[in-house]
Amino acid sequence: MKIGYYPGCSLLGSSREFDESVRALAPALGLELVHVPDWNCCGASSAHVLDHRLALALPARILAQAEAAGLTEILAPCAACYNRLSTARDTLEKDPALAREIEAIIEQPVTGKVRIVNILEVLDRFSDVIPGKITKPFAHKVACYYGCLLVRPPKVLKFDRAEDPRSMDRLMAAAGAAPQEWNFKTECCGAAFSVTRTDLVAKMSGKIVDNAVKHGAEAIVVACPMCQSNLDMRRPEINAHLGADHTIPVLFITQALGLAMGIDANQLGLQRHMVPAVMTPAAV
Amino acid sequence: MSRIGVFTCHCGENIGATVDCAKVAECTRNVPGVVHSVDYKYMCSDPGQTMIKEAIKEHNLTGVVVAACSPRMHEPTFRNAVEEAGLNPYLCEMANLREHCSWVHEKVDATTDKAADLIRVMVEKVKHNTPLLPIRVPVTKRALVLGGGIAGIQAALDIANAGHKVVLVEKSPSIGGHMSQLSETFPTLDCSQCILTPRMVEAARHPNITLMTYAELEKLEGFIGNFKATIRKKARQLDEKLCTGCGMCITKCPQKKIPDEFNEGLGKRSAIYVPFPQAVPNKPVIDKDNCTFYKSGKCKVCEKMCPTGAIRFDQQDELVTLDVGAIVLATGFKVMRTDKFPEYGYGKYADVIDGLQFERLASASGPTLGAMKRPSDGKAPETIVFVACSGSRDRAKGVPYCSKICCMYTAKHAMLYKHKMHHGKAYVFYMDIRSGGKDYDEFVRRAIEEDDVKYIRGRVSRIYEEDGQLIVKGADTLLGGEPVEIKADMVVLATAVQAQDGSEELAQKLHVSYDPYHFFAESHPKLKPVETNTAGIYLAGACQAPRDIPETVAQASGAAAKVACLFSRDELTREPVVAVVNRLPAPTFSYCVGCFLCQSACPYQAIEAEEIRGRDGTLIKTLAKVNAGLCQGCGTCVSTCRTKAIDIQGFSNEQIFAELMTL
Ligand SMILES: Cc1cc2nc3c(=O)[nH]c(=O)nc-3n(C[C@H](O)[C@H](O)[C@H](O)COP(=O)(O)OP(=O)(O)OC[C@H]3O[C@@H](n4cnc5c(N)ncnc54)[C@H](O)[C@@H]3O)c2cc1C
Ligand code: SF4
Ligand code: SF4
Repeated sequence: MKIGYYPGCSLLGSSREFDESVRALAPALGLELVHVPDWNCCGASSAHVLDHRLALALPARILAQAEAAGLTEILAPCAACYNRLSTARDTLEKDPALAREIEAIIEQPVTGKVRIVNILEVLDRFSDVIPGKITKPFAHKVACYYGCLLVRPPKVLKFDRAEDPRSMDRLMAAAGAAPQEWNFKTECCGAAFSVTRTDLVAKMSGKIVDNAVKHGAEAIVVACPMCQSNLDMRRPEINAHLGADHTIPVLFITQALGLAMGIDANQLGLQRHMVPAVMTPAAV
Repeated sequence: MSRIGVFTCHCGENIGATVDCAKVAECTRNVPGVVHSVDYKYMCSDPGQTMIKEAIKEHNLTGVVVAACSPRMHEPTFRNAVEEAGLNPYLCEMANLREHCSWVHEKVDATTDKAADLIRVMVEKVKHNTPLLPIRVPVTKRALVLGGGIAGIQAALDIANAGHKVVLVEKSPSIGGHMSQLSETFPTLDCSQCILTPRMVEAARHPNITLMTYAELEKLEGFIGNFKATIRKKARQLDEKLCTGCGMCITKCPQKKIPDEFNEGLGKRSAIYVPFPQAVPNKPVIDKDNCTFYKSGKCKVCEKMCPTGAIRFDQQDELVTLDVGAIVLATGFKVMRTDKFPEYGYGKYADVIDGLQFERLASASGPTLGAMKRPSDGKAPETIVFVACSGSRDRAKGVPYCSKICCMYTAKHAMLYKHKMHHGKAYVFYMDIRSGGKDYDEFVRRAIEEDDVKYIRGRVSRIYEEDGQLIVKGADTLLGGEPVEIKADMVVLATAVQAQDGSEELAQKLHVSYDPYHFFAESHPKLKPVETNTAGIYLAGACQAPRDIPETVAQASGAAAKVACLFSRDELTREPVVAVVNRLPAPTFSYCVGCFLCQSACPYQAIEAEEIRGRDGTLIKTLAKVNAGLCQGCGTCVSTCRTKAIDIQGFSNEQIFAELMTL
C-alpha cells in the first residue's frame, strides 16, 4: 500500500525519532511512504494566530503539491500538521471563493482531492495483521495519551471519539500492552507555551504525567511530537513543579509497536529520549 | 350552456399591486361561457361574498370562478357562499392569482396576461364540473388511548367521564409512566405517588375504561371515526382472573438479581415481578428473558407457590382487534442516559447518575427508602453537583432544543438533597435558568436563597475520579470565566428529554408525522397543538415535546375534548374527492375489465371487487369498486388503470385535459 508522507518540520528536528520509527515500521507493515515533493512548513503554532490567509496558504500549497504528484492521501504523523492540513482542506472545501483566492496566492490549483490521515488511522488499517507480527509483546501497563489536536475539532477531523478516543488503546492492546483507564487522555499539555512559558507547561504536563503514574502506567504512549517533547524534555521542570521524581518514559506509538514487532531500539530512535526509554521486562 | 361568473380579487395590494385586476376582469368577459366578470378589493369580505351570491341569482350562473388566493384558506369560504346561493359547492373553483402569479412576478404586462390565462383555465374546468355530494361516514364512539402515563390516564378519564368508551393501552406491566417514578414534584413538592395513585385506580375502576397493560399497537387501519386497531396483548404467563396479587410467587422466585427498571437499575427485582407496589393492575408478569424455567426448563417455583394456580407457562401473546373512532397518542418520552457522556465518565462511574435515578434515590419507595446514599458504596454524599443542560441545547449531542423540565427538577433535586442533608453542599452548574411557569421562578429562588444551593453559571467540561471522589471541572462564567474545580461525592446529570424509543415506527403505523427529533408533530404549532395531520388522531403529553406534569395534563384534557367533540356527532362528512370506477349501461357496464391492477396499487386498500350478476344469478362481470370511506383521493389507481375506467371525482382526466387544452 502506497501513501503520501508529510513529515513536517518537527519530525526532521526535535522529534526525529518519530520520523525514524514511522519509517522503520512502514516496510514491516508493507506500507510505502511517498514524500510530498518540495513540501513546506504547515504554519502550525504561529500562522493561524497571525494571518488567516497565510494559515491557509501554507497547508494549501502542501495539498496542491500532493495533488500535482497524483497522491490521494497524505499521512501526517505530527498531530499539529494533521490538524492544520485537515482544517485548511475543510475550510477551502466549504468556501469556494476563498479557495480561489488562496489558489491565486500559491499560484497552484487545489481541488481538495487529497485526504489527510493521522498515524493512528493508518495503523488501524493494519489491525488484522499487527497481532501476527508481534514477536516481543510490549507487556507493560500503558497510558495512551492522545492530546488535544488529534481529535479536535471533531466536526472537521471526524476521527475516533473526541471525548474518549479508543484507537490507540486498541493498537496497544494488540501489541500486548495493558492500556489503563486514566483521566487525561485528551487534556492539553501546553504545547503552544513550550518555549515561552515553561512554568505553565510544567503545570499542565505535570498533571498528565502524575495522573498516568497514579493509574499504574509504566509508560506513556503518544502520537504527537509536541506531547512527546513536553512530557519528556520538560521532565525536570515537571518533577520540580510536582515535587516528584517521575521516571516514566514517553514513547511514540510507532516506537512501542516497533519494539513489539522486534525492531531494533536504535532504529526506532529510542536513544534520543531525555527520559530513558528502557522498558524493563515486566509481568502484566 | 354554461353560464359562468368570474370574480377577480385584488387581495388589497397583494394581487392588485402587480396584476391589473380591472383589465383581467375586462378581458375575461370575452371568454366563451363567461356571462359575468367583475373585480373587487376583497372578495372574501362580507360584501365580496354577497356580490357573488347576488350574481348567481341575478345571472342564473351555472358555475363560479373566484380568482384570488390559494384554495387552502378560502376555498371553503367561497364554496359555502356559493352553496348559500343555491348552487352545488363543487361548481365553484379558485384560480390562484396570488401565490401563482402576483407574488412571484414583477409588475409587467405579462403578469396580467398570465392572470387572465389562469382564469381561462379554471373557467374551462368549471364547465366540466359536476355537482358532488359530501360523503357521510358513521362514527364509532370508542376511543383508543396509547400510553398509560399521566397524559394517557388523564385523557382516558376525561373521555370516559364524557360518557364514551375508552381502551387504554400501556406497553409496560403497569400504568403510571414516569410520574410514578418521581419522588416529590415541583413547584409544590407534593408527593408524586400520592397524587397519581388515585388517578390510576380511578382509571382502572371506571366502567367506561378498559385497561390493556403489557400490550402494544400492532397495526392500524381505517380512518377518522372508523379505525380498526390490532393490539398485541403480550403474555404475562398468568391468568389475570385467577391471580389475586398476593405476591407469594415473587417472594419465592430464585432469580432475584435482575436490575430493576422502575428503580432505574439502582435496585433489583425477581423474574416474576410487579414493577412497583402501587402498580395498576397489581398482577405480576414473568420476564421470560431472565426466568430460570424459560432458560433451562426447570424451576416452576412460582407455579407451586401460587395458591390460586394462576401461573400459565404456555400462555401465548394474543391479538385483539378493536373498532375505534379516535386515537389519543400519549406514549411519553425517555431521558438520555449517562453513557452518552464520555467527558463525564461514560456511565463508568457509578456515582454519576441521571435525574430519574436521583428521583428513585430520593423517593421513600426507592432502593434506599429515601435516604441519601450514593450508588457505589452507600456513603451519604457530603458534596453533590448537579449539571443542568446535560445534552440539551447541545448540537454536538444531537439535541439543539431545551428539554424544558430540567431547570425545574434540578432545583427540586438540590432542594430535596438539602432537606435531607442540611450540612451538605449542593452545587448546580447551569447555562440559563428557564423557569417560566406559575410559581416556578419563586421555586428556584427558594432553592438558592432559602436552601443555600450554590448556582454556578457555566458548563462542566470534564468529570473524573481521583482518590474516591469525583472531580468536576467547569467554569464560572459570571465571575470572569474563572475555572472551577469541585470535589464531589456524587454528580447528577440533568440529561436531555428525548422521544420515546420506537416513536418513528409507531408514527409510521399511525401515518402521523414526527419532527427531526422523533417527537410527534402537531398539526399547527399554534392553532392545532393537540391535533396531528391525520384526522382523528390526537396528541397528549411528552410524546409531542418535553413537558412537565401541569402542561401534560392540560394537553391531555384538550385532546380528550377534541375526541368528545368528534363523538358528539353520529356521522362525519368528508370531501367527495375520491376515486370512482365508471359505470355504463348494459351490456358494457364499465370500461373496467376487472384486472385489479388498481387494487395492488392503492396504498389504502380502498379497492374492492363488485360482481355484476344477471337476473338468474349468473356472474356477468367482476368490476373494481372504490370504498369511498377508505379512499384518500391520491389518484394512484387512476394512473395505473389501463382502460381509463377509474377517475377522481372533481379532478377527472376530462377536466384536467380541458384545462391543459385551453393554454
Ligand atoms: C427526572 C425527572 C423529574 C421530573 N420532575 C417533575 C416534577 O417535579 N414536576 C413535573 O411537573 N414534572 C416533572 N417531570 C416531568 C414528568 O415526568 C412528565 O411531564 C410526565 O411524566 C409526562 O407524562 P406522559 O404521560 O406524557 O409521559 P410518560 O410519563 O413517559 O408516560 C408514557 C407512558 O406510555 C407508555 N408507552 C410508551 N410507548 C408506548 C407504546 N408504544 N404503546 C403503549 N404504551 C407506550 C410508557 O410505558 C409510559 O407508561 C420530571 C421528569 C423527569 C425526567
Ligand atoms: S419459574 Fe421463573 S418466574 Fe417462576 S419462580 Fe422460577 S424463575 Fe421465577
Ligand atoms: S385514489 Fe388512491 S386511495 Fe383512492 S382508491 Fe385510488 S389509489 Fe386508492
